[in-house]
Amino acid sequence: MLLRLDQVAAGYGAIEALHGISLKVERGQVVSLIGANGAGKSTTLNVISGLIKPARGAVYFEDRDISGWRADQITALGLVQVPEGRQVIATMTVEENLSLGAYRRRDRRQIGSDMDGVYERFPRLKERRSQKAGSLSGGEQQMLAVGRALMMRPKLLMLDEPSMGLAPLLVNEIFRIINAIKNSGTPILLVEQNARKALALADYAYVLERGVIAYEGKALDLRQDPKVIAAYLG
Amino acid sequence: MISNEFLQQVVNAISLGAIYSLFALGYAMVFSILGVLNLAHSAVFMWGAFLGLITVTEIKLPLLLAFPVAMVGAGLIAVALDFLAFRPLRRRNAPRISQLIVSIGASALLVSLSQLTFGTDPRRFPFDILPSGAIQGLPFRVTLIQVIVLITALILMVLLNILVLRTRLGQAMRAVAFNQRTASLLGVNVSGIFASTFFIAGALAGIAGVLYGLTYNSILPFMGDQVALKGLTAIVLGGMGSIPGAVLGGFGVAGLERFSVAVGGSDYRDAVVFLILFLMLLVRPQGLIGQKEQTRA
Repeated sequence: MLLRLDQVAAGYGAIEALHGISLKVERGQVVSLIGANGAGKSTTLNVISGLIKPARGAVYFEDRDISGWRADQITALGLVQVPEGRQVIATMTVEENLSLGAYRRRDRRQIGSDMDGVYERFPRLKERRSQKAGSLSGGEQQMLAVGRALMMRPKLLMLDEPSMGLAPLLVNEIFRIINAIKNSGTPILLVEQNARKALALADYAYVLERGVIAYEGKALDLRQDPKVIAAYLG
Repeated sequence: MISNEFLQQVVNAISLGAIYSLFALGYAMVFSILGVLNLAHSAVFMWGAFLGLITVTEIKLPLLLAFPVAMVGAGLIAVALDFLAFRPLRRRNAPRISQLIVSIGASALLVSLSQLTFGTDPRRFPFDILPSGAIQGLPFRVTLIQVIVLITALILMVLLNILVLRTRLGQAMRAVAFNQRTASLLGVNVSGIFASTFFIAGALAGIAGVLYGLTYNSILPFMGDQVALKGLTAIVLGGMGSIPGAVLGGFGVAGLERFSVAVGGSDYRDAVVFLILFLMLLVRPQGLIGQKEQTRA
């Protein structure tokens, strides 16, 4: 088992946003976490990443209990999050952002070839390698955020709303990219509001409603579930 | 004569500006990651001066060693400040105003400790520590101390620039300055970066203290007051969290100060500096080369 959440509850101050959720991601899988705004999707990712400490329950990565670890320690394990809103470092160039992705790595030679790999995947980033990240378009920033995450050699890639705020054409492109990453064998935990696309891509999916998991199942089955269709695909 | 006097004040301004810049750099670096002015920075400056002094007068080491001792000592004081004063507040997500207030308290504590240890009479380096006469054959008066001040400051500024722009640590510092959560998701140990930044800021303040002490040869527990507001003006002038801005601001403030002396307003030199601070906050609060808060680095 790659990742397992066991009855995790968490929140902000006195407000509990997650009321004991359990989920898992197996090796080689793409798992989608869908749900409405405020259902607790981002909170779930932030608990996994160590940005929020779970109030109850535990998070296991490769069968190791990582609850309460610092975010940078969790990242170093290969549990990599591309946060909502992309969060590229606007004051740094594209190339500096990518090399920041390799901050924890020591294998200089492979870092170089990984960067070439990212540029191959995203030719647009190569063209703009010495531009400040803040000057990129939203779609390009999302590519940079994903490229930077790939520089971290993720064992599990967690994407928080990668299509948010992008034009429809770019949304399709982002999902093509995620699909390509999936095909290269990297497991993905995908948080999305675009349930249709998220379910089309995933092997397994969870539906969050107000901090609890309302439905879960194979993505194929959920796409045919009348309740899910009515609430999320209608 | 007037042009001679003017030239002389330019020389003085460059030397004084180098010290203000070193001091202001520490302010700016801590501000860029903390988002708060560390008002205890001037007390760290004062402790740096005393550490340099006792290295020479009590431990009897050569002056050359006073610089590294003051830098390391003042750097460690600054790190201790972060651990004991700022870190507990960050843990509790305390508002910035609490951090500002705690830095005022820390400053008072450090000044009192220094009074307790060193008394309130001015202390001096031995008068023969450096030749105090002017270097011969120049159209203006410049002392060896002024030359040392300028060279030391320039070397440190170049090193700092390399550190921030070209090293892994500098890359992490810029990431933390931009956004702490994002930096931690990239594997940066944010607490470690805070400690490193405080150390470097403290070390710069410490050596600035020694240089200031050598220039005026009077070291007092209250000497930090003389630079605290000059440094603040410098970073307001240059742009709060900006490193080049701090250097520009430091030389700018020293220039204004010396210029008012040159035109005969020696008594008004501080008034001129603070008038500029006031106007700057009114007209261009982001500083001469500052940007919006979100993009400070």
